[in-house]
Amino acid sequence: MSVQSRQGIIQEINGPIVTLSFPGARMGEQVKIGERALVGEVIALQGEEAVVQAYESTEGLRPGEQAVGLDRPLSVELGPGLLGGIFDGIQRPLKKMFLKAGDHIPRGLVLPALDRELSWHFVPDPELTIETNLSVGMPLGTVQETETIEHRILVAPDRAGQLLELAPEGDYQLEQPIGRVRTPDGRIRKLRLYHHWPVRTPRPFRRRDHGVAPLITGQRILDTFFPLLKGSKGAVPGPFGAGKTMLQQQIARWSNADIVIYVGCGERGNELVDVLERFPKLEDPYTGRHLMERTLLVANTSNMPVVAREASIYVGLTLAEYYRDQGYDVLMLADSTSRWAEALREVSGRLGQMPVEEGYPAYLASRLAAVYERAGRVETVGCGKGSVTLVGAVSPPGGDFSEPVTAHTKEIIQTFWALSKELADAGHYPAVDWVGSFSEHVHVAAGWWHREVDTGWERKRESALALLSRDAELSRIVNLVGPEALSSAQRWELESAALIKEGVLQQSALDPVDNFASPEKQFLLLNIMLTIYQKGAELIETGVPVQELMKLPLLTRARRAKQSYSSQQTDKLREMLDGFIQEFEQVRLEYTRFEETTR
Amino acid sequence: MSEKEYRTAISARGGLLAVNQTPGVAFGDRVMIRDHRDRCRNGQVIRSSRSEVLIQVFEGTDDLDLETTWVRFMDEPLEISLSPQLLGRVFNGIGEPKDDRPPIVSSTRRNVNGSAINPSARTYPREFIQTGISTIDGLNALVRGQKLPVFSGSGLPHNRLVAQVVRQARLMDEEGGFLIVFAAMGVSYADARFFEEDFTSSGVLGNVVMYVNLADDPPVERLALPRVALTAAEYLAFDLDYHVLVVMTDITNYAEALREVSTAKGDVPSRKGYPGYLYSDLAEIYERSGRIRDRHGSITLMPVVTMPSDDITHPIPDLTGYITEGQIVLSRELDNQGIYPPVSVLPSLSRLMKDGIGKDDTREDHPRVASQLYALYARAQEIRNLASIIGAEELSETDRRYLAFADAFDGRFVRQGEDEDRSIVETLNLAWELLSMFPGDTLSRVSETDLAKYRYNDKR
Ligand SMILES: Nc1ncnc2c1ncn2[C@@H]1O[C@H](COP(=O)(O)OP(=O)(O)OP(=O)(O)O)[C@@H](O)[C@H]1O
Ligand SMILES: [Mg+2]
Repeated sequence: MSVQSRQGIIQEINGPIVTLSFPGARMGEQVKIGERALVGEVIALQGEEAVVQAYESTEGLRPGEQAVGLDRPLSVELGPGLLGGIFDGIQRPLKKMFLKAGDHIPRGLVLPALDRELSWHFVPDPELTIETNLSVGMPLGTVQETETIEHRILVAPDRAGQLLELAPEGDYQLEQPIGRVRTPDGRIRKLRLYHHWPVRTPRPFRRRDHGVAPLITGQRILDTFFPLLKGSKGAVPGPFGAGKTMLQQQIARWSNADIVIYVGCGERGNELVDVLERFPKLEDPYTGRHLMERTLLVANTSNMPVVAREASIYVGLTLAEYYRDQGYDVLMLADSTSRWAEALREVSGRLGQMPVEEGYPAYLASRLAAVYERAGRVETVGCGKGSVTLVGAVSPPGGDFSEPVTAHTKEIIQTFWALSKELADAGHYPAVDWVGSFSEHVHVAAGWWHREVDTGWERKRESALALLSRDAELSRIVNLVGPEALSSAQRWELESAALIKEGVLQQSALDPVDNFASPEKQFLLLNIMLTIYQKGAELIETGVPVQELMKLPLLTRARRAKQSYSSQQTDKLREMLDGFIQEFEQVRLEYTRFEETTR
Repeated sequence: MSEKEYRTAISARGGLLAVNQTPGVAFGDRVMIRDHRDRCRNGQVIRSSRSEVLIQVFEGTDDLDLETTWVRFMDEPLEISLSPQLLGRVFNGIGEPKDDRPPIVSSTRRNVNGSAINPSARTYPREFIQTGISTIDGLNALVRGQKLPVFSGSGLPHNRLVAQVVRQARLMDEEGGFLIVFAAMGVSYADARFFEEDFTSSGVLGNVVMYVNLADDPPVERLALPRVALTAAEYLAFDLDYHVLVVMTDITNYAEALREVSTAKGDVPSRKGYPGYLYSDLAEIYERSGRIRDRHGSITLMPVVTMPSDDITHPIPDLTGYITEGQIVLSRELDNQGIYPPVSVLPSLSRLMKDGIGKDDTREDHPRVASQLYALYARAQEIRNLASIIGAEELSETDRRYLAFADAFDGRFVRQGEDEDRSIVETLNLAWELLSMFPGDTLSRVSETDLAKYRYNDKR
């Protein structure tokens, strides 16, 4: 194809949508638009015309200016040097952009995502020999990307074939060849430490596998009540200020994933800075290293161009799949998928496509499903099992969960952590509403808990939920006719439910002791509250007045237990539990003695 | 600059003017429009194709005709001139003087749309601003660089509250207060006057730049106004190193103007007829606040949003809440009880408070006191509801204590004078007076040390 035909001319600019006369343009192809060389992508073709969405502000573009087709789809660079970084919605390195261009994001600036100057110590895979047949995604060797993460160098999409040469162990820069391969078409091509991948194409794997273990987040309401499996998909819907971001940041900080990819999609700049400033100072709870070494940020803040917002989710997913393919358990957090959907809506609106609900295009549901479908636990091509767990925040307008994005998401995901404004307004954090939330994986998670923590887990979880639902009923009665209408046993149920709420469900992200709870601590706290409930109920049956029980100082101690003892001090919690049982016994004895003397 | 004028208008509607047979005009460029009486108007290109241009006319399209309207493309983006002379001046929505004084002349000119701050250029806002208002400082503290709107309703005293914040706001560690950028969109003459008088009487007028578009000024101009005001704020903060407090009133009028223009443009509406891009559009405004690494200055933003029919789920407050770092919510109920400032603390929130308060910033007990007060007041509200059903006499002694607490909270903590400037220590001490209505062992959110140190024991 001649060079000439790869060019187009701007016909119209309508916000982020630019129409080119561009015969021969390809769907999905990247385009440099106008004198400023803004980056864009072809999203529709009509006759000689190509409709392009621009990832940068189109201000100052003029009809008549030229555009150049790049003949490749939006792709990301995959290789060592990603972790610890922050990239924009089309994977431009924001730290480097800051050094180069200052406080504000300039337009038309293209910088490679990965640093070409750095050298990496490459250790070739000893299993590989000359003549080995390489397939896409097979490991060629490793480099130590961070202290804890060994980066496996994988065969690039166009580099499958017969291995001709592999470099010896040593230090290499990204552009230096580490080997050669003969591809099936007979060409001889170089192997490097990095490669490109088109973001809208899922990376291949051998086969899908099912989830087997819960992702431990250290958050009681999540792990104990609504578990999420590694490799599955979850959503956190909630009105503004209900705590979606806090919860996601807590998960990013404490979960037992190997790699965390945090996509700030159309949200606040300060929230990303918060992660950028805080995480390097925090310890990875599992390895003791800097938390930032396993974390990677993709940022398209709400004031950044809306089209790149749509892309940012795919960029994040591709990065996640890349680490999955190295055999890691990857967690991707997307805050917020609603902004992604709104970006779709904006583009479809500008294209004059028929809106179906609340202005959203008809393909909203299928796109959303396709995004979540990229999560999963798989058998990788050459690195064993790996997983991508995807948790998306959803920001429903007016907090209305029946709106299209929340409604469609709910059908796709397996774990639903519904945040409630009422709980948040009452200072109950995390404001996960135990009535509206669900997990389809309680049973699988139970297998893990029974094996690793306690065989009573599932039963205890159910008793707690049952108590909470009776609490809701009883509270309705109280609100109609006052507490006097309740029996002693019922009032004790109310008190016990309050204990569960305060002592187990509420968990302050700001409290240095309480912000993480190991599975063992989670179980012990639950056990303590349920034991108090049960022992109290027994006493009430023998005639002890509920007022006496409400006065017990152990109730305050139980409420404070979560802050009093860390996950390392579970022995103290056990002592506490034993102590409480004895105290109840004491009450029983005193009461029977009192009964006898008054008889 | 192309000197050529085009007399090829083909349609005028709702503030939009379409012109054809145009040269390639850059998207976003400034336009001059001359009407049949030779009066000039300003416009901006919002859609541009090879032969036709769509212009939003800031002064509106009233009284234009298609035959004698002349259009000149200025070949430059919408920019304003910036200099320290801005202070003390009054401008309209596109930065033209409104005070009969000459325009600003300067070689520093900036595009009013600004450009996004690189997230890695920001630093996290964490310096406490004392506003002297207990419900804000104690429970919803504002920090330097935060965007914290006031959610209000028509007729509520949001203007008085904001004016009080402007008068009293100060930083703990620095002499000198804030420069104020005041952006009024579609406000009544009386409201604009109120602020001007307040600035004058408190002697801050020389530290204020005002951008004013009154209720009877053209609505399209409101679309440019916050951008123009923020361009000035950015200059003062990041070129001249000042701490700038930007007050915007009223975002609801802004959003309505946006709806008007987007409807005329034929954009697909989403909720209540507002365009789907209302979120991004508001974010372009709100996200211009903040702190930047290695820069001394800062932009703190306090927009006023009057909620249509007091509905917090209406798209304007809703989308605002999704972008800003919290909200101060005013309550009609408190206002009806004559309580000023009628801040409803439960739905109010400052998301940046947690890093701006405590030992090194205010006082070590502050975070726990806030959390405890909040929890007690939330419980007290439930009991108030219960009492309204079953009657207060039916309540237990504990519950009656909650009622007494809630009344004291509203009457003493929330209520304060319009000139009453409480230091943070006064606010916290007042909080402890209220907390001391409860036995120490029921205050589970404060620490033992706090109790020993701050609780008023005589009231036990
Ligand atoms: N687990 C928690 N512990 C303590 N405080 C919390 C917790 N979760 C949320 N909060 C409080 O709620 C505030 C709002 O939380 P967050 O910013 O996560 O809300 P959001 O749902 O992400 O809102 P938006 O949709 O506007 O982004 C926080 O600033 C904090 O004050
Ligand atoms: Mg959030």
